[in-house]
Amino acid sequence: MRKKTESNIKLERAEDNALRLSVSGDVLNYDNPEFFAELERQLAKKTKQLVLCADDLGEWDSSLLVILYESIRKAKTAGAECDLSALPQNLRDLMRLAFADDRKPTHGSSVGLPFLENLGKATLDCLQKTSNVMNFLGQICASVGRWIGFRSIMRRVDFMAVLEDCGPRAVGIVSLISFLVGLILAFVGAIQLETFGAQIYVASLVTIGMCRIMGAIMVGIIMAGRTGSSYAATIGTMQVNEELDALQTMGFSKIDFLVLPRLLALLIAMPILTMLADIMGMIGGAFVGVFMMDLPYQEYWKYAINAFNLKNFLVGVFHGFCFGIIIAVCGCYSGLNCGRNADSVGIATTQSVVRAIVWMIVATGIITVICMELGL
Amino acid sequence: MSKPVAIDVKGLDVGYGDYVLLHDADYQVNKGDIFIIMGGSGCGKSSMLRVLTGLIPPLKGSVVINGVDIATASVAEVQKIREKSGILYQSGALFSSMTLAENIMLPMQQYTDYSPATMRELAHLKLALVGLTGFDDFYPSEISGGMKKRAGLARALALDPDIVYFDEPSAGLDPISSRNLDDLIIEINRSLGTTIVVVTHELASIFAIGTNSIFLDASTKTIMAKGAPNELLKNPPNEAVYKFLTRGEKKK
Repeated sequence: MRKKTESNIKLERAEDNALRLSVSGDVLNYDNPEFFAELERQLAKKTKQLVLCADDLGEWDSSLLVILYESIRKAKTAGAECDLSALPQNLRDLMRLAFADDRKPTHGSSVGLPFLENLGKATLDCLQKTSNVMNFLGQICASVGRWIGFRSIMRRVDFMAVLEDCGPRAVGIVSLISFLVGLILAFVGAIQLETFGAQIYVASLVTIGMCRIMGAIMVGIIMAGRTGSSYAATIGTMQVNEELDALQTMGFSKIDFLVLPRLLALLIAMPILTMLADIMGMIGGAFVGVFMMDLPYQEYWKYAINAFNLKNFLVGVFHGFCFGIIIAVCGCYSGLNCGRNADSVGIATTQSVVRAIVWMIVATGIITVICMELGL
Repeated sequence: MSKPVAIDVKGLDVGYGDYVLLHDADYQVNKGDIFIIMGGSGCGKSSMLRVLTGLIPPLKGSVVINGVDIATASVAEVQKIREKSGILYQSGALFSSMTLAENIMLPMQQYTDYSPATMRELAHLKLALVGLTGFDDFYPSEISGGMKKRAGLARALALDPDIVYFDEPSAGLDPISSRNLDDLIIEINRSLGTTIVVVTHELASIFAIGTNSIFLDASTKTIMAKGAPNELLKNPPNEAVYKFLTRGEKKK
């Protein structure tokens, strides 16, 4: 086996303002930042030519290529010519390949732009996105108008499929989560109410809490994660597979074909799921009240029914209706604006959930203020 | 006597926003031609196809298809052009939630008044034309890549189009499937008289099927050559075209 020799990289002054870079030995994992600083100093001394030699070169790796490549680049920047004739053929070929300028970027990267330029770009981007969202909402309204006038091309079979997915198939998870939320509400309330000896009011607390808002919010969060993300992923994948292009070139409205059935399905499913969540939450509360706090069963339900208020219940259902619109719009918008690679489907899915949850919270705030003003 | 013109492109700039991929393109596609749009990767072939099919608007210039400029046409006129065009996408772009027959019937449901039974028969016929007899009730996930392309072609032919566009038809296919698809393209062109526009850089396909072509160049952002592929190979106008058509050989 050949014995390894130490790398030797030297810079020497030759005649006629030439600089000689000679490399010998085994150049493996060579890392000496000082070398380039020295090279730059030497190049600055009226160097007209850089001669690269590699006599007695042993084993080498990419660190040698970096030395050669950077040296040539720095020499060119300093206006010096490079003589590679003393390099082995394979190194000469690699350098030719590295400096072949058959393709250069035709437009600049946005990385490293000045702050103000970035700010300007972000502002324009934001305005463009707002305009896109408004346009999208307008198209949805037009599509709903076409559907009302029986001119929509929405396929009944698609509508039934998405309705089944976001309705009956969501019953299990919605029931379980709502039951647990009712249970948690009852536990949290019971700890406080017990100090006043008013445990029985757990029934009122759970009933009002679930019916007014908690039921709708829990359903909204579940459906944003379960159904909204699925809309974004399905439509995003269609974008990647060019199915959206195919729809467009066949003259189909993407909104009628993809968005409308999903929107209508959620508009039907969400209020019903909200009612289910209200009931399951109340059962969860009763479970804690009756089995853990030993409250009489009849008494518990008497208080629960007394606390039940139709206005609260309808406000909750209205929340569910609004959340349905938000989830469908966010899911479909993210999917339709997805990029054309696998990464973008993941991004679109995440965006759909985040957007839906943020807008549901905003909507809850708005509805609460309106209800307060109306005395509801 | 010269053939009538199906697509007339004049002074066309192709690109996205401020970024121009191709400047001042001028060419004509004659009716009944198999017209190849070729060039290296990133030269704007697929973007050119997206302009021709109305997926992106031209930055400048005109694209007149069957006498209508798609840049200035009304929605109804564009719709009419789309009815008479079919597109086969690189991946087939079949709707995964529908069977092959349903995929083919979809444009019929939109644009014709056929009864469901007739549409089903037509879908069966179109599938038979592309060699997929008996696959009516298969889903896209149940067939191979080559079969997906054939099914995509059957869908593209659903409304008896005047022009069929192909985006990289050979991409992802083995040489035999690729050859079979080329034969199918020639067969459809001959038997139905359909004008065919193919975006590709597969040399074997280019020489096998192309009757006319343009060569797009990424460095100059222009159409560098026009003519039948075999003619361009015999008399290449420059080194770049010769290199492309000979897989990088240098001109002697």
